[in-house]
Amino acid sequence: MAAPGSLIERPVVRRRQARPAPVILWVVATLALAPAVVPFAFLIGRAVAGGSKAFDTVFSDRTAELILNTASLVVAVSLTAAVVGVAAAWVTERTDLPGRRAWRVIVALPLVLPSYVIALTVISALGPRGLLADAVGLGLPTVRGFVGAWWSLSVATYPFVYLIVGSALRRIDPAVEEAARGLGSAPRTVFWRIVVPQLREAIGAGVLLSALYSLSDFGAVSLVGFDSFTRVVYAQYAGRLDRTPATVLAVVLVLLAVVVVLVESRLRRGRPFVPRPISRPTRAMGLTQAQRAAATAGLSVLGLLALALPLGTLLAWVGRNPAPDGIPWSSLAGSVSASLLAAAAAVVLAVPTAVLVVRHGSAATRWVERTAYLTYSIPHITVGLAVVFVASRYLGPLYQSMWVLVGVYTAVFFALALGALASALSQVSPSIEEASRGLGRGAWQTLLRITIPLVWRGIAAGGLLVFLTTMKELPITLLARPTGFDTLAIDVWSAAGELLYSTAAVPALLLLLVSALPTYVLATRQR
Amino acid sequence: MRYDSRGFRLGLVVAALALVTASCSDASSTTLTVYSGRSENLVGPLFDRFTEETGIGLAVRYAGSTDLAATLREEGSNSPADVFFAQDPASLGAVAEAGLLATLPDDLLGLVDPRFSDARGRWVGTSGRARVVVYDTTRLSPDDLPSTVFGFTEPEWAGRVGIAPTNGSFLAFVAAMIVIKGETATAAWLDGLAANHPGKYEKNSPIVAAVEGGEIETGLVNHYYLLRLQAEEGETAAANHFLANGGPGSLVMPAGAGVLATSDDRESAERLIEFLLSMEAQRYFAEETFEYPLVSGVEPVAGLPPLELLGAPALDLSALARALDRATDLVAEAGLL
Repeated sequence: MAAPGSLIERPVVRRRQARPAPVILWVVATLALAPAVVPFAFLIGRAVAGGSKAFDTVFSDRTAELILNTASLVVAVSLTAAVVGVAAAWVTERTDLPGRRAWRVIVALPLVLPSYVIALTVISALGPRGLLADAVGLGLPTVRGFVGAWWSLSVATYPFVYLIVGSALRRIDPAVEEAARGLGSAPRTVFWRIVVPQLREAIGAGVLLSALYSLSDFGAVSLVGFDSFTRVVYAQYAGRLDRTPATVLAVVLVLLAVVVVLVESRLRRGRPFVPRPISRPTRAMGLTQAQRAAATAGLSVLGLLALALPLGTLLAWVGRNPAPDGIPWSSLAGSVSASLLAAAAAVVLAVPTAVLVVRHGSAATRWVERTAYLTYSIPHITVGLAVVFVASRYLGPLYQSMWVLVGVYTAVFFALALGALASALSQVSPSIEEASRGLGRGAWQTLLRITIPLVWRGIAAGGLLVFLTTMKELPITLLARPTGFDTLAIDVWSAAGELLYSTAAVPALLLLLVSALPTYVLATRQR
Repeated sequence: MRYDSRGFRLGLVVAALALVTASCSDASSTTLTVYSGRSENLVGPLFDRFTEETGIGLAVRYAGSTDLAATLREEGSNSPADVFFAQDPASLGAVAEAGLLATLPDDLLGLVDPRFSDARGRWVGTSGRARVVVYDTTRLSPDDLPSTVFGFTEPEWAGRVGIAPTNGSFLAFVAAMIVIKGETATAAWLDGLAANHPGKYEKNSPIVAAVEGGEIETGLVNHYYLLRLQAEEGETAAANHFLANGGPGSLVMPAGAGVLATSDDRESAERLIEFLLSMEAQRYFAEETFEYPLVSGVEPVAGLPPLELLGAPALDLSALARALDRATDLVAEAGLL
C-alpha cells in the first residue's frame, strides 16, 4: 500500500514559476475533502461546547488509563512491526537465502488481511476449545485483551515496514558497506552503523503507518475486547444517551494521532537519507549453513503465524459448516458497489486536484496536500461519529443515504488517489501540455487528451488503492451506513461479535477474494 | 506509459454501473423504517412474516438498543424511523422521555400486563426476559454459585465471570440496580466486580458461547440465549441458574416497541406493533426466541420456571430511563467500559 508520505517525496522534473490556478481546481479540491473536514470541525465544536462535562471526561483517571492502554499497544505493535519487518526485509533482499522470491511474496501477503479478520482467526483458532485445541487435543490459552490486540495488529502492520524497508534496501549504494567491510568492520557492525542509519527514513515511514493503524484500529480491538481508545469511544457512543463524552474522547483520539505523527517526525529529524544512483546491484551476503537454517526457520514461523494460521482457520470454519447462511450476496454487492463508487469519485476529483498541486504549486496548495494527508490519518471512528452528528441534524433526506457514505469514503481516502496521481503527474513534463495549448487546444481538451492519458497508471493505482481500502473499512460504515445496507466487513464484524465463527468466515473469505485481484495488479504492474 | 483507452472506458462503464446499483438500492419500495435494538437473527424472521402478511415493506436498522435510543434523540424530528423496537425498557423510556414517542391506542396497551409497559402508554412490552447466571456444569454446581449477584464481588470469583458491559441489557440491569438498591450500593458492586477482572464481551450470546466453550466459568446474561444454543446444539455443558431472591439478580424486564411521533405512516406502524402482540408473534417469542410471552393465552416454553415464580422485584420503569446514563457513568468509573 502506498505510504501517504509519497505525497511529499516525488521528484521534480522541472521547476518553474507556478501560474495561478483556475478557480475550478480549488472548487474540486474543496469538494473532495469537505465531506470529512466539515463534520470534523463540527465535532470539535461540539466537544468544546460540552464545556465542563467535556473537561471532566478528558481529565478523568479512566482517560489516563485508556491513553496508557492505547500507548502501550501502539508502542508494542510498532516495535514488533519494525523488528519483524526489518529482519524479513534484510533476509529476503540482502542474502543468498534460497527461495527469496517466494519468501518475498509470502511475507508481504498478510497486507491484504484486515485487522478484524486476523483477530477473528486468532480468537477462534486458539482458546481452550478453539479449532487448534480440537485438532491437537491441547487446551490452548485464550488470546484476548492486550495479547490478542498486539498479535492481530502486528500481523496486520509489519508488511508496511517490510515493503518500505525492502524497497529502500534495493536503493542503497553497496559501495559504502563494502568499504566498511574492507576496512575490517564485522558484518554486525556494518549492519548497525552503515545500513540502519541509511534506513532510518524508511523504517520511520513504516513505523508511522503501523502506529497510526494500531491507534485507529477499531475492528481487532473490539473483537478481542481490549480497551483501547477506539473501542471505548464506540462503547460510549453506543452505550450512553448523552453523546458528548464520546465526542470528547473521539477528539482526544485525534490529538493522540497528531502526537504519533509529531513523535515520528522528531525521531526522523536529522539529515534525510537521499538515495544515490546505484552503480551496480548489491552483492548478496553469503549465509553460513546455520544462518541459512535460522533464517528459513524464522520466515517459516512468520509465514505460519501471519498467513497460514489466518487463512487455514477461515477455510477450516467454512469446511466445518459450509456457508451456514448461504453466500451473503447483498453484502458483497454493497461492499463492491460502495468501494467502486468511492474509487471512481476519488480519482475523478483527484485528477484536477493533482493538476492544482503539481502544476500550480504554492504554499496554499501544499495545504491541500497536508489536509488530504491529515484527513487520511483521522481515526475512522471519529470520522463516523462526526458524520452521523452533522448528517442527522443538517442534511435532511441525505442522512443515512449512500451518497453521504460514499462522499465520506472519498474524502477520507482521497490522499491515496491524490498521492498516486500527483506522483504520476510530476513525472510528466509540463512542456507537453504547453505544446498542446500552444497548438490551440483548450484547457479541457488538453486535460482529457493529453494529461489524463499520460497519468493513466496513476489513475489506475489510485483507484485500486481507494477501492481496496474502502472494502476493508469498518467503523465509518458501521455508524453512517444507510438502513438495511450491509457490507462484507460489517458481516464479519457482527458474526464474529456473536462468536458465530463459521458465519463470519464466509464474508471474510469473500473479502479476501475480492481484494486479491486488485492487490495482485497493484503489486505486479506498479514496479 | 500508453493511453489505454479501452481500459479507461471500461472503468467509466463500471463506475456508471456502480452508480446505478447504488441509486437503485436507495430507492427501494419499503414503507416503514424500523430501528431494531434486537438482533437480526432473533427477530428478522418475524419481520419477514409481517411483510408477507400485510404487504408492508420494512427497512430495518439493527444496532444496540441504547445506541438507537441515543440516535433517535439526536435525530429528533428529523428521524426517518417509524417504529422503535428495543430489547430493554430503559432505552424505550429514554426515547419516550424525550417526547419522541406517540401514545399507543388502548386496545394495544390492554393486551399486556401494565407492569411491562410504559405507565403513560408510549410503548408496550412485547416479551419478557429474566436475568440469570449462566454457568459451566462441568466445573460448577448451582450450590457453588452465590445466592445474589452481590456474591460475585468475592475474590474467589476473580477471572471467572463474563459480562457484556457495553450491552444494553447489562446497562439496563445496572440502571435497575440503581433504582432498587441506590447508587452507592451499585457503584460498590461494580467496583468489586471490576476488581475481579471479569471477561468482557460485546453481547450476551458470546458470553453463553464462552461458557459453553470453556473460556469462562459463569456469566451474567438474559435467560434465553442458552435456550437458543440448546435448540441448535442439543445438550450443553452450560446451564441457567435463576436467582430467585427478589433482588436485582432476579429481574424480569420487557423488550418492547413504540411508534415515533414523527412517523408519516402511524397506521402501518401501529399494525406492526399489533403484529408483535399477535398470537403468532407471541408464540414466536415463546418458542423461537424462548422469552416469556406477555399476552395471555400463550405459554412460555416447557422447562422455563413460570413468570410468577421468579420473584422478580417490582420496578418503576420510568425511573429506569433516567438512571441509564448514571449506569453508564458508574460502569465507566469502575473501569469496565
